[in-house]
Formats: sequence, structure tokens, C-alpha cells
Amino acid sequence: MFSVTFAIILPFIIAAFVPFIYRRFKYMHIGWLVMLVPITLFVMLAMLIPSVAGGKTYIHTYNWIPSLNINFTTYLDGLSMILGLLITGVGSLVILYSIYYLSTKESLQHFYCYLLLFMGAMLGVVFSDNLMVLYVFWELTSVSSFLLIAFWNHRKASRLGAQKAMLITVGGGIAMLIGFIMLHNMTGSFSIREIIASIGDFTDHALFIPAMILILLGAFTKSAQFPFHIWLPDAMEAPTPVSAYLHSATMVKAGIYLVARFTPVFGGDQIWFWTVSGVGMITLFWGSFNAVRQTDLKALLAFSTVSQLGLIMSLLGLGSIALQFGYSEDSILYTQATFAALFHLINHSTFKGALFMVVGIVDHELGTRDIRRLGGLMTFMPFTFTVGVIGSLSMAGMPLFNGFLSKEMFFAATVQIMNAEVFSLQSFGIVFPIVAWVASVLTFVYCMIIIFKTFLGPVQPEKLDKPLHEAPMGMLISPLILSVFVVGIFFFPNLLGAYILKPAMGSIYPTFGDPANLTPDIYAWHGVKPELLMTIGVILVGGLLYRLLKKWKPVYGLLSSRYTFNALYNNFLSLAESKSTVLTNKYMSGLLRDYLVYIYIFFILTVGGFFFYSGAFSSALSMDAPIQTFEVILVGVMVIAAIAMLFSKSRMTATLLNGVLGYSIAIFFVIFRAPDLALTQLVVESVTTVLFLLAFSYLPDWKKEAVSSKTKLINAVISISVGAVVVLVALAVLNYERFESISTFFEDAYELAGGANIVNAILGDFRGFDTMLEVVVLFIAGLGVYTMIKLRAKKEDENIENK
Amino acid sequence: MKINDVILRTVTRIVVFIILTFGVYLFLSGHNTPGGGFIGGLVLASAIVLLYLSNDIETVQRSLPLDFKLVAAFGVLLATVTGFGSLIFGVPFMSQTFAYFDLPVFGKTELTTVTIFEAGVALAVVGVVVTIILSISEDE
Repeated sequence: MFSVTFAIILPFIIAAFVPFIYRRFKYMHIGWLVMLVPITLFVMLAMLIPSVAGGKTYIHTYNWIPSLNINFTTYLDGLSMILGLLITGVGSLVILYSIYYLSTKESLQHFYCYLLLFMGAMLGVVFSDNLMVLYVFWELTSVSSFLLIAFWNHRKASRLGAQKAMLITVGGGIAMLIGFIMLHNMTGSFSIREIIASIGDFTDHALFIPAMILILLGAFTKSAQFPFHIWLPDAMEAPTPVSAYLHSATMVKAGIYLVARFTPVFGGDQIWFWTVSGVGMITLFWGSFNAVRQTDLKALLAFSTVSQLGLIMSLLGLGSIALQFGYSEDSILYTQATFAALFHLINHSTFKGALFMVVGIVDHELGTRDIRRLGGLMTFMPFTFTVGVIGSLSMAGMPLFNGFLSKEMFFAATVQIMNAEVFSLQSFGIVFPIVAWVASVLTFVYCMIIIFKTFLGPVQPEKLDKPLHEAPMGMLISPLILSVFVVGIFFFPNLLGAYILKPAMGSIYPTFGDPANLTPDIYAWHGVKPELLMTIGVILVGGLLYRLLKKWKPVYGLLSSRYTFNALYNNFLSLAESKSTVLTNKYMSGLLRDYLVYIYIFFILTVGGFFFYSGAFSSALSMDAPIQTFEVILVGVMVIAAIAMLFSKSRMTATLLNGVLGYSIAIFFVIFRAPDLALTQLVVESVTTVLFLLAFSYLPDWKKEAVSSKTKLINAVISISVGAVVVLVALAVLNYERFESISTFFEDAYELAGGANIVNAILGDFRGFDTMLEVVVLFIAGLGVYTMIKLRAKKEDENIENK
Repeated sequence: MKINDVILRTVTRIVVFIILTFGVYLFLSGHNTPGGGFIGGLVLASAIVLLYLSNDIETVQRSLPLDFKLVAAFGVLLATVTGFGSLIFGVPFMSQTFAYFDLPVFGKTELTTVTIFEAGVALAVVGVVVTIILSISEDE
């Protein structure tokens, strides 16, 4: 049986094998093999469509860290099904397209490894029920997006774009994590389903609003909502298949998914309504407004994606109002906004994916995507032209294409919201249809720019580096398939509605009963209604504005480049860099001595401070074992060695004395019957000696440092305090009774772990998690030493950073 | 610089095997008596370091052609994967188990999943220690 967990794991497993397979099949494009992964998953998911449409959900739990309430729970319902189909479906097409887009000279093993990582992570986001697991996958999509944007990492713009995307989306992700933890604090659960079931009791909780805002921050940064949209245009430095996949069809939809997923939790609240719909509306307008002035086709598409994401986001906001009213005949009308959002989510992936691929074809075949150098491509690239026109007209909301249907529903929803009598919508509701209409006019304008400036008008072969020709057939298959969907959905929208959208409506409105009531029949012609008039107005005014484009384009000159969000981001970044450099230089002296002082002061303040504050410093010496003579002698040896070290004249003497300390401690371990520790201490001492021998020749001359007596005094106080704290803590822990004793574990080690050596039972079994992470840390430290020594830039090496 | 260290080399040749055997013994015995993955790994690493000390790096590399970075990486992978292994059997991450078997030569033997985990730890320790010492010593 198909397990959803398998769908998440498979891309990761294949990603691990890609580099090995790549080495075996040097002369074959590895994309063909990789493509099998999303196709398999798509078919498997598609086979579940009928049962999910019937209201069935699939849930499976692997216990991961049950003691922390973190379990690997996968959950497949209508909403995650939509995203799952998009990720695997568009994924297959994008990989097919990339096979022709990327030549075998590129480092394909990296590209497909990252792409599969992304696919797995994205599937993890949409199929996870546990918030912590969801968060891990969420950040993993940011990381893989970073790697993919910087795929051509020899270009500075690629690296900067990747950095920007990473900083903004991960920043939002961390805010979201805090929101998740707040939710857990309120409800005591990390499971989204359990939270939805119990959130009704917590809407008055003090953390309810902060949690909501923080989670929205995560969603808004990921979905490039205003003012966080600035990363998306810069992310266009990625290869076009990546832009089509991550930055239009899937990853940027993760924020939308999150908002939809959390609608049953926060929906119905006034702040949620106004934030989601308001930010969506602003993004919708701002994206379309900026798209018109772009001359780079890909940047134009980026802003148009921003704008369309805003549209979907605002629809989700508008639809959430239905939860305020509860289930009734009237509130169903408001749920139609959500229905339109899901519908447009799918439509947008089809037409925008096709458009990105078209732009990629133009760029790949002609070497430019600047509309000032393009024109008249219709006769030379008939297939590309057809797909481009279908995609653009669908985006503009013209009939015969799926964009028309969802755009009409969008208009209808904005008109409908004016009838609501809550949240002061009577006075402000009018804003929604106006902004929606204006933004749609601008959308129409830039769609015309794509069609006319690229494919019509005069040909300018003298401005092109390559001769005009149609793309190879393989590259055209994927956009053609997507455009078939664009047209097909227009003619058979209710098929989509009944099988895909209906169950998703059920997941967003779980309390509204049968989702069939929330699923309207979609008609292209529904009489002369406000939305139809609005569309006609869009065509008329948009057409006029396109003709007069030269006349009103100077409007953009009014926006000073000094006050944009990009400038704000850049200033913030350079300010943060310079300030932290100043701060770091203040205390990072490069002297180990100073660092030890910091560490010790911190130790005294936190450990000593805590024990002192909590009154834990107490000892009952009478309870302790009597002190033996040889113990006193050993301590005497150590004290003498330690003091002698202070007066030693050469480094060698000091090192030997340090060794005396180390071996004496080992003897102590032997005396107190801790052979494990003694062994470890002895071997560590030996290895350290070898290390020291190696480092010996690099060390500076051993000389007395000229330090003021004041510093000496402070250092003396610090070192004595450290010693005192350690001794006091050691005495205090003997009678520390704030925690339940764990000694039963040690006594029963043989039954629990099958081992008589309790040290190892602790290391490998009881606290295995710690050991595992320590091993990882050790490995990272080793790699760190290796890279710092082997890969450091030599003085005469040129700076390769800023080519 | 060539030092005539015949004694060191002769002794090393014998001692290394004793140390290596001891390291393996420590690793295997760790379950019930002193020893274990970390200490076993450290002893093995010190044996290898002794080889490098008495011979030059090229000679050792010829007879022991191992990339210790890969050894460390493999160890980390092994330790982490055993953690995930328990998930397949429907128990929480990092759960260990053990059972007793009757093996032909050894008689009644206890086999544990901890041993695999400990093997990962040992390999990681060997790899990291040797990598660090080698990279410092090779530095010009």
C-alpha cells in the first residue's frame, strides 16, 4: 500500500544516490532517472484522489521523540492533496524541461540532488501534521531554495539573491517556530488536527494573537507578501526550471498552504481577517504595479507571481470570515472566496509554470530575455508563441482559459464581502473590489506587454546574439502540457471542483459539515453580474492603458530608489555588518587568555549564580566518605604541579607539569573505581601530547607578558572563584535533591539495556541521543580544523569572491 | 630531516598490533566491562598516530590507503542511521534493543543494536582524531 511517509522519504533517498549514479552514467542526462521519482509519486497520489474526494483521510504516525511530543505524523487530506499533486506534477514537467535546458556540462549531480531535496522537503511540509516536523521541512525548503538560487554561484548576483531569499524566509521561519511553540504552550499539542479540535477554548488566551501574528510572518515571508516580496525578484537568478518550480508553482505556495491550514485555527478572528486579506490586497496591487515597468521578462514574471500570490492570500483572508458566522446559508457565500483561492492556486501553477518555461525557452534559444531586444518572435517560434499567449491571456483573466473562471470568482468574492456586517466592513469593504479591479487592470497591461513586446512587432535580429529559431521539441513538451491544462480546466472546471477542491474545502472548514455544500458549480457564463462587468472594464481600460503606456510610464520615476524596501534591506544588512564588526572587534582580541577569562566569568555567573540564587550550596561533610592518606598525597602532587606551572621557565616544563595533572586525575579515577574514565583520560592525555608536539613549532616564544598588577589581581580573583565554585558545586551535588533520582536506571541497566557496564548503557542507550549529537559535533569540529588548515586562502591567492 | 630511529620503529611494529588488538577488545567488551566505542576508537586512533610518528606519512598512506575524513563521515552516518533504524520497527528514534543467540563457536552470545551505534562512534573518533593530527602535521 502506498504510504505518505514513503512519498516524503523517497526523494531524499534518491537524492543521496544521485551523485553515485551520476558517476556511473557520465554520458547520460541524469534527469531522465530523476524524473521517475515525481512521476511515480504523482501516479501514486493520483490513485488516491477518488477516496480522498470521498472524504477519506490518511494518517500515519511514527514515534520519533514521544517524550517531547514530537512524532513523525503524516496526514493526507484534501488540502495537502492539492499541494502534493502540484509538487509532483509540476515537478515531473519541470525536470523534463530541465533535461533540455541544462547541458551535461553543468554540475547536474548537484542540481538534481538539490531539486530532490527540495521536493522531499516540500512534500514534508504539506504532509506533516506535527508542527515541529513541519517546521524542519519548512526550513529545509528554504535551504534547498538557497542552494538552487546560487546554482551558478560564480555569479555575484546569484549569491546575493540566494542570501536575500535565505535571510528573509528563514527569518520568517524562526518567527513561525516561536508561534508554533506558543500554540503548544496554549493547547499542549504539536498536532495540527488536535489544535484545530481544541483551539475553541483558547481564543481569549494572551498568546493567541502573538502566535497568530508570528505564524503569519512565516507565511508572508515564504509567500513573498508585501513588504517581504523583495526576495522573489532577486531569486530569479536561479536557472529557469528552478524559478518555474520553486518560485512560482510550489515553494512560494507554502505560505498560502500554511494560511489555509491554519484558517480553522485562527479564522473568524478580526485581526486574522484584516491582516491576511489586507496584506494580500496590498501585495496584489504592488506586485502588478511594479510588474508593468520591468524590462526583463523574468523579473516581470516574478512581480506578477508576487501579485498573484497576493490575490490568493487575500481570497483566503476574505473566506476566513465565514468562520465568524458559523455554518448557515449566508456564510456559505463567504466560503466561496476560499474556494476561489484554491481554484486560483491550481490555475496559477499551470499558467505561470507555462509562462516561466516560455521565458526560459526565449532566454535559452536567443540569449536574452530583455523585451527591448525582443520582438516579432511569433513567426520564428510558433509553438512558444502559442503557449505564451495562452498563459498570458489566462493570467489576464480572459475567457477560454482557466484564469478567467478564478478571476471572475475573485471579483465576485470582493463584491460579496461588502455585504458582511462585521469587522467594520460596511465602511471599508468597498476598498476590496476597487483594489482588485485596479490591480487586474495592471495585470492586463503587463500580460499585453508579454505578448506584444516579445512575440509581435518588429524583429530586431541585430540586437540578438543568436539566430532566430524554434526550441527543440523536448523543451516544448512541458509548457504544452501545462497549456493543455490551462484550456482544459476552462472547459471542465467541475471535474476539478468535485475531485480536488471539494475535499480541500472540507479540510479548511471542518465544522461546516458536508463539503459538497461548499462546492459550487463553476460556469463560464453566469449572466450579467458585477464580476462580468468588471472584467469588461478591465479589458477596456487595460487596453487603453497599454496603448498609452509611454505617456504614463514616467509615474514610476516619482518613486525614489532611496526609499524602497530593497534599499531598506541593503542598509539594514550593511549596518548590521559594520556594527557587529565593531562589537566583535571589541572583545575578540585573538588572545586565548582573554577568551578563557570570558568563559570563566560566564561560568561563575551562571553556574555559581544559579546555585547561590536557588540556595543549593549546602553540604553535609559528615555524610561524605573519610579521606585516605594516599588521596591527600595525590592532591598534594597536583597542587605542587599546578603552582610550579606558574613559575616554569620553559614551555616544555609547563607542558610536562600539565601532563602530571592529567595523569594524576587518571589515578584518581582508578582509585574511585572508574576504570572507564581512567582509560579515557590516559588515552586523551597521550593523544593531546602528540597534538602538542605537532603544534609546538608554531607557537610563539615563551615569555613573560607585561600585564598590569590590576589585571593580575582580577585574573587571580577569577581563577580562585572558578576553583571555589567547582569545589562548592561538587560538594553540593551530593545532597542535591531537586530532581528525582535516576539511579534506578543504573541499577537496572542489565535488564533495560542488556549491558552490565552502566557507563556504556548511558552513552549508547539511555542518553544515546546526546552521544549521537556529540559525534556529529566532533565530526564538524574535525572538518572545521581540516578546512581551516587545508583550504585557507594563501596570501598571494586572488580574491575569488567578487567576480 | 631524517632521524635514525631504529628502536622506535622496531618497537612500534610490535606494539602497534598490541594496541590495535587492545582497541578492538575495548570496543567489543564495552557492553559489560570497561571499554566502549569512544575509548576503543581513541585507542585505535592512538595506534595509527603512533604508526605515523615512527614512519613518515607517505609510507603509512601506502600501506593504509584510507581517507580518514571518509572514515569519520561513515561513522557519523552509521551512528545516525541506527537511530532512524528503530523508527522502521515502530519504536521511538534511537531506541536500542538486544537479544541472546546461540552461535556455533561463541556459545550463548548477546547481540545488540548498540554495538552498531558504538561502531559508528568509534569510526567517527578514529577518523576525526587522525584527520586533525594529519592536517596539522602536513601544514607547511
